[in-house]
Parts: sequence; C-alpha cells; structure tokens
Amino acid sequence: MCSPPILEVTDVTRHYASGRRWPLGSASRVHAVDKVSFTLGERETLGLVGESGCGKSTLGRMLVALDRPTSGTIRYRGEDIHRLSRAGLKALRRKIQIVLQDPYTSLDPRMTVGDIVAEPLAVHGEGTPAERRNRTRELFELIGLNPDHVNRYPHEFSGGQRQRIGIARALALGPEIVVCDEPVSALDVSVQAQVLNLLADLQEQLNLSYVFIAHDLTVVRQISHRVAVMYLGKVIEVGPEGVVYGQPRHPYTQALLSSAPPTDPDMAREQEVIMLNGDPPSPAEPPSGCRFRTRCWKAEEVCAVHEPALVEGAASGHLTACHFAPAASVQVDG
Amino acid sequence: MPELASAAGVVERRGAPQRKRRGHWQAVRRRLSRSPLFYLSAALLVVMVGMAAAPSLFAMADPYDCDLGRTLADAGAGQWFGRDLQGCDVFSRSVYGARASLGIGIAVSLLTGLLGGVVGAAAGYFGGWVDAVLSRITEIFLAIPLLLGASVLLTLFGTSGSGTWTVIIALSVHGWPQVARITRSSVMEAKQQDYMLAAAAVGCSRLRALVRHVVPNSLGPWLVVVTTNLGVFITYESIISMLGIGLRPPTISWGQMIHDAQARFLEAPWPLLGPALFLSVTVLAFILLGDVVRDAIDPRIHS
Repeated sequence: MCSPPILEVTDVTRHYASGRRWPLGSASRVHAVDKVSFTLGERETLGLVGESGCGKSTLGRMLVALDRPTSGTIRYRGEDIHRLSRAGLKALRRKIQIVLQDPYTSLDPRMTVGDIVAEPLAVHGEGTPAERRNRTRELFELIGLNPDHVNRYPHEFSGGQRQRIGIARALALGPEIVVCDEPVSALDVSVQAQVLNLLADLQEQLNLSYVFIAHDLTVVRQISHRVAVMYLGKVIEVGPEGVVYGQPRHPYTQALLSSAPPTDPDMAREQEVIMLNGDPPSPAEPPSGCRFRTRCWKAEEVCAVHEPALVEGAASGHLTACHFAPAASVQVDG
Repeated sequence: MPELASAAGVVERRGAPQRKRRGHWQAVRRRLSRSPLFYLSAALLVVMVGMAAAPSLFAMADPYDCDLGRTLADAGAGQWFGRDLQGCDVFSRSVYGARASLGIGIAVSLLTGLLGGVVGAAAGYFGGWVDAVLSRITEIFLAIPLLLGASVLLTLFGTSGSGTWTVIIALSVHGWPQVARITRSSVMEAKQQDYMLAAAAVGCSRLRALVRHVVPNSLGPWLVVVTTNLGVFITYESIISMLGIGLRPPTISWGQMIHDAQARFLEAPWPLLGPALFLSVTVLAFILLGDVVRDAIDPRIHS
C-alpha cells in the first residue's frame, strides 16, 4: 500500500438545501458530508462505518460520480472526476463501479439477469451481441452462478444470488475500484459470509480496490484493510483495521465497539458497554465545535468552541478527530 | 471457497431448456390463460366486437325498416325485444347500436391513454418544472367533472347535431387526466428504484433508461386503467346520448334508445330494457377484463 493512491478524496462536502427556500423562510442546509478526506490504495479495502444517516451512502454516490460534491475534490489517478467531459465521465464509469445495497430493487425485474449483467457492455458498445453473451456467461462463472441461468429473471433468484448478479454487473466493464454500498446488509448472516468471501476472492483475482460502506462493524472488520468511522457527515477516526478495532481513540468508536457483542459467547465481556445518550443531532443543525460533543462523556468547553482536526496519533496512519484522544485510548477486545 | 460452489445458484437441475424465457409478460399471459373470467369476458367482447363489425350477421331485421302501424308491438317471433314507438325492431337497433358505443369507447380509451400516458410519463420522468406545469394542467382538467365538462362542450359545439367525433373529443378532453395521474405515479415509482441508479452508474443515457427500464416497469397500471376505461367511456357515451346531447339519429346508440324509450317504460319496457341489457353486458365485460388484467399484472398478488 505504498504505491500512490488510486483514489484521493480531499475535503469533500455535500450540502443539501432543505425546507422552503421561497418565498418565505430561510434556506436550511443539511450537511450530509462535511470536509471528508481519505485515500484509497491499489488493491486496498477501505471500510466506511457509521450509523444510518451519517452520510456514508452520499459519499459513496459521489465516489462513483452519481452525485456532485458541494466542494472538495475526488481524484481518480490524479484526475478530478467531477471535472471530466462527457466522454471522460463515460470512460471513468469503466473504472469505478458501484454495488448497491438492496438486491431486490437494484435489478430491473423486467429484464433477464443476462441482459442486466450485459447492460454495461451494451451501453459502452462493447463487442457484438454474441461476444457480450459470452462475456456474460464468463461473468456468471466468475461470481459463482450457473451460466445457463442467464435467461432467467431476478425474481427466480435468492437475495444472495441477486447480490452476486449485482456484483457481476459492476465487474462487467473491468473496473479498478468498486464502491460497495452496504452490499450485504440486506442479506442473511450465512449468506453475508459467502458474499464477503466472494468479494475478497474477486479482489485477489482482479486486483480490485474497494470502498466498503456498512453499518455492521463485524462485516467491515472482516473485509477491510483500513477503516474510517463516520459520524454526522465527518470522518472522526481512520486507521488500519487492527488498530482501529484494537485501540480505538475516539470516544464514538469506543462506544460503537463496546456495543458489539463479544465474539466468544462463553467469554464474559471484558469491558463495560458504553451507553450513548440521545440520538444523533440533526445534520441540518450540527452542534458547534465537535459534532459528537452532545453525546460525549468526555466533552468539555473546548469541544463546543473548536472543532477537533483529524490528527495522527501514536500509531502511524491512525488518525483521530478528538481533543482528548490520546488520553482516551482504551484496550478493546474484539 | 467450497461454500461458493454450493451457493452457486443450483436451485434447479442443469440442462433445463435454455431459451425458456419466463418473463413478466409471459407470466401475465399464463395467469390470464388460467382465469375463467378472462375467457368469459373475452368471449362476450368477441361477440360484441363482431356485432359492431358486422351487425347484419346478428340481426335479421333492418333497424331502419320501421312500421308505424306496429308501434310498441310486443316481443314475438322475429322481433325478440318487440318494437319501439316508431315501430322499429328493438333487437336489430340494439345490435346496430354496438358499433357507435364500442367505437366511441375504444377511440376515447386510446386517445386518453395516449395523451394521458405521454403527459403523465413526461411529468413523472422529468420532474421539476415540467412536472409542476403538467401536473397543474392535469389538476385543472381533473377538477371539472367529466360528465359536466363533456356536456358543456357538447352543448357549445354540438348544436348542429353531435357527430361521433364531437362526442369522442368531448369525452377525451376530460378523460385523460386520470390516466396521466396514474402513469405519472407509476413512472415516478419506477424512476426511484435502485436499478435506475445502477443504470446511471454504468453510464446509461437518460433516453435509454427511459426506454429500457422506466417504460417496461410502469406499463402495467397504464394498461389496466386503459382497459377499464373502455367500459367507463361506453357508459359515459350512453349517458350523454341519453341526455339528448350525444349521438343523434340516424346514428343508432344505446343511450339514445334508452332516452327515447323512457317515457313509455311502464307501457312497453322492452324498448328500454333491450339496449340497457346490451349496454350492461358490454360494460360488464370490459370492466371484468380490466379486473382480470389487473390481477394478472399486479405483482403484489402474484409474486
């Protein structure tokens, strides 16, 4: 992971205007994503965790150029993906793809699964119809589905199989980066493992880089090399998987991890569950200073005044945005 | 990864016929073919359409061959529903009335289906100000009751005796908003699905997304409302003609026959009951068909 990053996200912000703008009332702005920066290396998986509504899906959509950031840049191999020409954007679609969360609504029920997987090829005018059919069969084999089933319809498949079809569609154009937006959260736990293994396998085979968005800590841990934790539109902690899970430094990450059930049911919990009070504040009116301060047990006056920057701690590559981070290091048994 | 192999979609045995496509519309057709009501309504409609196309095959007597001497004659041999005030054969006139009623029903359904479909699809697909403008126009038309609006149009423009086209246009002008609303909502629903997001992510153009994804996914409700409307508009045509502002002689229509017969209903019920029976059966058949089609299409009932 020492090679230059394949994807560079710098200060990406996405605000949505909400409420009445005309003729009365002031424009309230929802800060869905606020000054998020990270990099993605080649063949790396970056896990993006956070509770629902923290802006992780919005971020995912901006990464595949389905949404534009209000400010900030997303660079793919040094090129700003939101300043591309029409043709440039279409070419980019070959390189960055997305796997969506819901395998039931992400496949067009009126199309055969073969046509669904072949659609990217058809859109990009790749090959003759016969060649596209062959490629589709190859993709089916790659994701572990019977190629003879290309003429079936989505409703004839199970959730896990549908998600595989979604993955095949994302892989059709031979991308380098795949953004997985909660690809397994709609699936049964046993099927989750299969799909996660498939994703890991494909990464090996095809040298893929993943941005893996999820709210499930265990799932993210299983697949990620590095993990970024988001809260209310901000990345509050980022670092290698082992470090973030082993020595979380941000109080929010600590609380999240402490709430995850222990891996070994026979083993008693070694540390207390940290209970957070209240709900996350509305992203339309985020608290001043540190966004987590309203629910943080360590919050002091400084937290309301100064927004903590994402700074590197003791371990290299482990960044935390908390004024009290160094003191907050807690050993957590994952 | 051994669990991969076992999870690899081997739900059904291999070697199943490869080109067997079990698409949505195939499934709809299969469900239709299993429904007895579909055959019943289809059979009734075949008879009705046959009457409209070739009435002389169904009626022995000439509907214009009237004999005033036999005014309000009772039903009997050769004149199943008797004769009306003018001495015309009620059964023959009812058979010949099918053409005007069916023709107007089909024409109005198609016109409103086309206009409402295009307006609704545009509003739903493009959204924003296109939707705002088109939806307001739709609501203005929707606010005027169909029967009242059509009556006003017909009394204004149909003074010289209403032609078939005047009636078709009067009904269409007020009939399309309902189709537009239904189409708009089903297009909006299709547009919001994740597969549209996936299509955009692979670089699908807006036009391609419309043709390949939105239209096939929002066709069902449109088809149902257009089918049901066939019966509805036949009823409206009859009401308008019964009120005396719709079709006029020499065109024969059921509504007009009912209008002419109502004054002497107690004396001679058949001149009214005859066309009413034809009207009821036809409308029932179309509405049944609409119901059966809806049941066959609606994925919430058959998933």
